[in-house]
Amino acid sequence: MRHVALTVNGSRHELELEPRELLVYVLRERLGLTGTTIGCDTSSCGACTVLVGGESVKSCTMLGVQADGLEITTIEGLASNGQLHAVQQAFHEHHALQCGYCTPGMVLAAVSLIEEGKATSESAIREGLEGNLCRCTGYHNIVRAVSAAAAGVS
Amino acid sequence: MIPATFDYEVAESTEHALELLGGREDAKLLAGGHSLLPAMKLRLARPSLLVDIGRLRDLSYVRDAGDHIAIGALTRHKDVVEAPLLQEHCPLVPSAAGQVGDPQVRHRGTIGGSLAHGDPASDLPTVMLTLDAEMVIRGPSGERIVPAAQFFSGVFQTALEPTELLVEIRVPKLPSTTGCSYMKMSRRAQDWATVAVATLVERRNGSIGRAAIGLTNMGATPLRATQAEEAIAGGAAIVDAAPLIASGSEPSSDTAASAEFRRHLATVLGRRALEEAAGR
Amino acid sequence: MTVTESKTTTFVGTSVKRKEDASLLRGRATWVDNIAPPGTVHMAVVRSPYAHAHITRVSTDVARAAEGVVAVLDGAELAEDWQGSLPCAWPVTEDIKIPPHFPLATGETRFQGDGVAVVLAESRALAKDAAELVEVEYEQLPAVAHVDKALEKGAPIVHSDLGTNECYVWKLETDDFQAALEAADVVVTRRYVQPRLIPNAMEPRAVVAQAGPGGELTVWSATQVPHILRFALQLVLGIPESKIRVIAPDVGGGFGSKLNVYAEEALAAALARRLGRPVKWTEERAENYVATIHGRDVVHEFTLAATKDGKITAVKSDAKCAMGAYLQLVTPGIPLLGAWIYNGAYDIPNYSVTFTGVFTNTTPTDAYRGAGRPEATYVIERTIEALAEELGMDSLELRRKNFISEFPATLASGLTIDAGDFHAALDKLLELLDLDSIRADQKARREHGDVKQLGVGFSTYTEMCGLAPSRILGAVRFAVGGWDSATIRMQPLGSVQVVTGTSPHGQSHETTWAQIVADQLGVDVDVVEVLHGDTAVSQLGMDTYGSRSLAVGGVALWHASQKIIGKAREIVSHQLEVSPDDLEFANGSFSVKGSPDRTMSIQEIAFQAHAAHNLPDGLEPGLEATAVYDPPNFSWPSGAHAAIVEVDTETGDTRLVRYVAVDDVGVPVNPEIIDGQVHGGIAQAISAALYEEGIYDEDGNLLTTTMTNYLVPSAAELPSFETDRIETSSPTNPLGVKGVGETGTIAATPAVINAVVDALSHLGVSDIQLPATPERVWRAIEEAKS
Repeated sequence: MRHVALTVNGSRHELELEPRELLVYVLRERLGLTGTTIGCDTSSCGACTVLVGGESVKSCTMLGVQADGLEITTIEGLASNGQLHAVQQAFHEHHALQCGYCTPGMVLAAVSLIEEGKATSESAIREGLEGNLCRCTGYHNIVRAVSAAAAGVS
Repeated sequence: MIPATFDYEVAESTEHALELLGGREDAKLLAGGHSLLPAMKLRLARPSLLVDIGRLRDLSYVRDAGDHIAIGALTRHKDVVEAPLLQEHCPLVPSAAGQVGDPQVRHRGTIGGSLAHGDPASDLPTVMLTLDAEMVIRGPSGERIVPAAQFFSGVFQTALEPTELLVEIRVPKLPSTTGCSYMKMSRRAQDWATVAVATLVERRNGSIGRAAIGLTNMGATPLRATQAEEAIAGGAAIVDAAPLIASGSEPSSDTAASAEFRRHLATVLGRRALEEAAGR
Repeated sequence: MTVTESKTTTFVGTSVKRKEDASLLRGRATWVDNIAPPGTVHMAVVRSPYAHAHITRVSTDVARAAEGVVAVLDGAELAEDWQGSLPCAWPVTEDIKIPPHFPLATGETRFQGDGVAVVLAESRALAKDAAELVEVEYEQLPAVAHVDKALEKGAPIVHSDLGTNECYVWKLETDDFQAALEAADVVVTRRYVQPRLIPNAMEPRAVVAQAGPGGELTVWSATQVPHILRFALQLVLGIPESKIRVIAPDVGGGFGSKLNVYAEEALAAALARRLGRPVKWTEERAENYVATIHGRDVVHEFTLAATKDGKITAVKSDAKCAMGAYLQLVTPGIPLLGAWIYNGAYDIPNYSVTFTGVFTNTTPTDAYRGAGRPEATYVIERTIEALAEELGMDSLELRRKNFISEFPATLASGLTIDAGDFHAALDKLLELLDLDSIRADQKARREHGDVKQLGVGFSTYTEMCGLAPSRILGAVRFAVGGWDSATIRMQPLGSVQVVTGTSPHGQSHETTWAQIVADQLGVDVDVVEVLHGDTAVSQLGMDTYGSRSLAVGGVALWHASQKIIGKAREIVSHQLEVSPDDLEFANGSFSVKGSPDRTMSIQEIAFQAHAAHNLPDGLEPGLEATAVYDPPNFSWPSGAHAAIVEVDTETGDTRLVRYVAVDDVGVPVNPEIIDGQVHGGIAQAISAALYEEGIYDEDGNLLTTTMTNYLVPSAAELPSFETDRIETSSPTNPLGVKGVGETGTIAATPAVINAVVDALSHLGVSDIQLPATPERVWRAIEEAKS
């Protein structure tokens, strides 16, 4: 067991972790933040994407102990004062989710892409979301939503 | 998927990392973790100790070192892609680094981790081989420098001893007359290369001089297409040299492509990469 | 007293924003993997690494002694827990061979991934650790993985006691078929291989089972079919259904793969009873690839016969359909879902369809989005192109010449299409497409000998969905009915609870069902709450699959609404002392004909119904109604799709440039949600055309083992889609609606392959096997050259 302190959605947590505990399990099972989901186990699908230091990261490919001292944002921490983040709002307005299982990871990947200034065109958004798989939407409305959010944010 | 159990130590310095690494027979270094952790989750890798070097921030840099650019082994792909020094002096590196994995992978994965993993389907090993880059390796008995041509020794095998750490990669500053290209074909954007070709072409008043051609996923290690390189050095036109690109390679067959198709792709992508590097 | 106000807006036909999003967007959904009642033990399944083997010894001692292990059991030890086999609900012929299928194998394993033992431990990680310690000795047996090889003489037999790999032969042929075939001027026969597809719902399966001291059982499962699962658990476990509660909370996609009754559901339930502790299992993705059903895996020989001027006179299909190693819930029936529509959108008087179900040492096949209809549509829409080529006719002209154009239209296969307008869909598609400029671009590229060639491909289709009229299901030997139920409950203060028997997992029923009910009752869509996915709440239901929810469950809502209005009318008639016939109901309010100021709102009636101070004699208090609707016909969406592709003739790399779809799904309830369904279906079908293929080697080893080598595409591989609609209202139901969930998947695969072949036709390419990988495209070009 190893002592780890990490900040998740602005709250500091001190935990005793087994080194093999993946960050996604720490979030889901230690902290009860079950918004982050697991889709593939091979770093392919991006469902488990969270922000680490503001950048998108696949939390199934990072150990909880590696997050010691870092700031993490999950889908639960994205809205502020009850207001959806612009990307969440755009997903709602453009019907960019169906079953919703990939949505938290997709939203956070999009937030990171927009923050980095890379959501500049449809093709840039499509390329920028290459690490996130959705089986329901065919991505059409996701791309529309991210475009709209990027236009609103910039 | 959950890895088998292991111990975990955080290295406070390079020396500390070497000490920890030397203290346990099947210890492994953990940098970004984007090569090692997937293998551990599938339980294909079962190190008993992980030495986390991810906090050695002094190994994350891109520096002008006079005749070459020095890249710290723990520099993330994202920082390699965005490094102005590399964009100016050696654009082949950021171009290929931008094609590694996906944004999330590039946010965590490091250049050193990618090279030390020795995956023949990986992009950066080929680029280093094509550039005749040098690997700076630190071990218990000090530092040694290994040229890329001697670094990659087999599938997931490199010149690194189990007790050694890759600390720096040195890539040449390319003259403005040298063009470069990295042409990658993968089934999906996020996938490893089915085949990719890296090229450097010396442009001489409308014709081409020397060319370097490196191949990804065409054998157990990244390869140089030496016959095609020699043909170009001997004055052959790109279209005539291209059919030689796959000569001597031994690609494997898998669900992405047969060996025969990989050889074909190498010649097509190689020709296109040579033409792009030549500015055509 | 506050009552909810009535509203006059019409919600059906508008893109009401989804109610589902509030929790999903905030990470507040309830997936089964979130659930862990106190005391939960975690289950891991030890699976066969071999496609076919004798189990000679299972040694569990080391695993039992490992840290945190609660129990380790093999198939023999659990045998007494099963009252019956995992059920197959569709024995398609009288003499079908249905091998026993228990949750764990005993004696022999028959596919890679077949469960051999289970480990229960205090944590997920410890269960996985201990599963590695279960020692199983196997004696490998010869295996057969491919449907063509399995029927060859001397092929390894999957179930040796059956003596054959032939599961069944099913045939439908019209009387004069053979004569028509012989009389035809032109006969075109083609062979098509449709590979395995792995459904890949983003949420892997998961189950939690909890047994109570009184014999009651609660099962949370990531399933499309909580009601069917409840029914099946009685058959497998012998517990009365009345004691079983199945909950499908938020479910992350299914596409047919969660329309099943799986070994792990039965195992978790049985073990929860044995241990007296909740048992939880969450599938890993690699496990999903072997333990959850696959789709397709069919080889067709397909024939069209026509007169020389292009009137198609006969169609013949002969298909070998892989069952896999066992029959899952509806495995043998999947081909039959396409059996009646091998004529496609065309009027073809003579008809012959034969299916041979074939066992192979592979993961069982079953429903994957479209189920049977993509298979049928692919072969007709590819072969219509071949026939056009043979006749020297434009393929669109050939299609138009043979379109069914008068409705209702009774097909040679015996079913009746209620409504459609195939010409209008194609007209609209061509308006959107600008075919002339595409052809001009194509011509220029061909003349210049460009590396990147352009192709355009069409697909015009109709399909039967909305499963299904119960009598027809009975006639084709399906075990249960095809009805569905709705309960509408007006609360005393005017809000509305709707209980549906459908079980959405991405389809947006919470929103669209509320739209339908809000319009019928004249209330605001926001006051209507839709409850689903819990058999304790929704007792009656046949769940969600086969584009049935709207055309069956949605129509049940309409019928239940009429019952509510009927009862309300009685109350108003009594309280206002007028004849029921003198009352008009509109916009949520009854008024007396000729006295528009004498009104009573539905909310006020709801209150009166619950207060029960002044009800007609004999009328029960409350304002609640249940309707069970059994559709008299299938639902018949149709449409016309076009794909435009660019093919790199040197590398074989193929990219979609545009995709245009015009569909007729009847009256649209929520256009944006319909578009979403169409987009998703098209994406899966494009992917089936260009990327996806579950590959087994000759020994039955699955080679596409994870999402790294089974290629589910990302946004980077797909284009935006251009979608539009025409609308012919379905006269079969009072809402005029048709199903929409599978149209894209059915239509798009042949459109894409037709486009790829069109791009390369000038090079002599006439077919490319699915999926059109870069290598297959390259080989097709090379073969055409030589």
